[in-house]
Amino acid sequence: MSTALERLGGVYLLPVLLAALAFVAIGSASTWTTLTVAGLAMGMMIFLMASGLSLIFGLMDVLNFGHSAFVSFGAFVAASVLAALSSWVSGGSALLNIVALLAAIGAATAFGAAGGWFFERVIVKPVYRDHLRQILITMGALIVAEQLILAVWGGAPIAVPRPAVLTGSIVIGDVPIEIYRIFAFLLGLAVYVAMYMILNNTRVGLLIRAGVENREMVEALGFRIDRLFIAVFMAGSALAAMGGAMWAGYQGLITPAIGPEMMILVFIVVIIGGLGSIQGSLLGAILVGLVANYVAFLAPKLSLASNMLLMMAILLWRPWGLKPAVRG
Amino acid sequence: MTQSPEPLLVLDDIHTDIGQYHVLHGVSLDVPAGGVHVLLGRNGAGKTTTLRTIMGLWRAQRGRIVFRGREIQALATPDIARLGIAYVPENMGIFGGLTVEENMRLATAAGTFDTERLARIHALFPAMKQFWTRQAHALSGGQKQMLAISRAIVEKRDLILIDEPTKGLAPAIIRNMIAAFREISDETTILLVEQNFYFASSLGRGVAVIEDGRIIHSGSMAGLAADPDLQTRLLSLSMAEAH
Repeated sequence: MSTALERLGGVYLLPVLLAALAFVAIGSASTWTTLTVAGLAMGMMIFLMASGLSLIFGLMDVLNFGHSAFVSFGAFVAASVLAALSSWVSGGSALLNIVALLAAIGAATAFGAAGGWFFERVIVKPVYRDHLRQILITMGALIVAEQLILAVWGGAPIAVPRPAVLTGSIVIGDVPIEIYRIFAFLLGLAVYVAMYMILNNTRVGLLIRAGVENREMVEALGFRIDRLFIAVFMAGSALAAMGGAMWAGYQGLITPAIGPEMMILVFIVVIIGGLGSIQGSLLGAILVGLVANYVAFLAPKLSLASNMLLMMAILLWRPWGLKPAVRG
Repeated sequence: MTQSPEPLLVLDDIHTDIGQYHVLHGVSLDVPAGGVHVLLGRNGAGKTTTLRTIMGLWRAQRGRIVFRGREIQALATPDIARLGIAYVPENMGIFGGLTVEENMRLATAAGTFDTERLARIHALFPAMKQFWTRQAHALSGGQKQMLAISRAIVEKRDLILIDEPTKGLAPAIIRNMIAAFREISDETTILLVEQNFYFASSLGRGVAVIEDGRIIHSGSMAGLAADPDLQTRLLSLSMAEAH
């Protein structure tokens, strides 16, 4: 029975089953489609934020509670770039719209990578293999990062202009679908495919996958896992910043709490997906996105608790997560 | 162990702490080049700690480790490995989520195989060829051990440290292992930690016995194998009975 289920897709069937159940519960195809697309888009943005954290966790056992700082910085850097290029953002030229968008995402990502390098070298490196200190120092760094954001951008909510090319909806049948959601989904999918290709088709990817399973053995084979970890940390931070930039555009209004607010969902994704697993992160993120949207519509009072309940249910069923890189 | 003018590996008064425990109390050991050299001892005597200290996985607090004339006790593990030392830990260190091929490729310096060498490994362990594309977690215990050893010899090494390779293996597989180790030791020195005295005495050229973090005996394996009283005194009855 379980083999037959595995052959059909195993845990990858969960989002399909969830969507099917939601379809029955919602009863309206157009509402269901809107919620599903919103859930998928939200899931992909959370995937961007979570995938790097999962690899950081898996590769070096580092508990980085400061990860959300990169989400916040990504959001604010992107907002600043979009504000600076406001004439391109709101202008009629689709090309300038796209250039402004790419500049905002690129600046946020580059800032995340550079900040990730600094964070790893200065904050994380001194506390390798010491979980208690990792928690304390990365939470401390998160507080400092929030204060930096307050000092630079202030505490008032900032509006994030959305490039004209990504505003509005397209109508499929009688269902309007926001263009920004489609873009967020496609960007997340592209990042996933790129990560999958790198992890499965390159030497660096092989080392990362092996390092997530058994760091010590990779070192005993002659490879410096600490150098690899810096690269993974930078990439993870850059992706978090990219996710922050996308989330900022999605929300339209950001505060310094944008990162910490997302962090609960990001940790849920990492935990239910399974540590160190990109496939797990994607699956977890999509489930979290779908559940958040379906429950917000069907039972708004349960909205806040829905993903906690999802995490509890999955951990009771699979204590190591849905697709862990290392089997317990 | 057998004395040689220039041992491949020298441990000189090695002290290692693990956390608050002082495990090695001045291990001194010479491993000559060539053949299989066995480190015997009871559970908790310090065998695994000795191998891990050589690999730099645990740091020696005191003493010198000299490999091919170079002190290595302060080097990082990857640098020690790149000097030509391979390590097969007791848990085999297999990457279960990787295929057999990926496990082997990871152990090559440039990511490419020497096809002639690979053919020899496949001849030595046919299961590796048969399950080449299978994920390693799906292999049996014996096959995982074969993979761990294949990985250690996928490129030429000067020294292989192997920790209890027969643990939990069926007698038939152990006999295959003996044949394989004989062939491997033609080109590579093996320092073998073992509790199975039959296996150890079938292969060992030299032997050292460790007790409470100190070497209490070293000499030829033939000498130890021929002296049941010495075996009983050094290794306890349970190990001698295995003979």
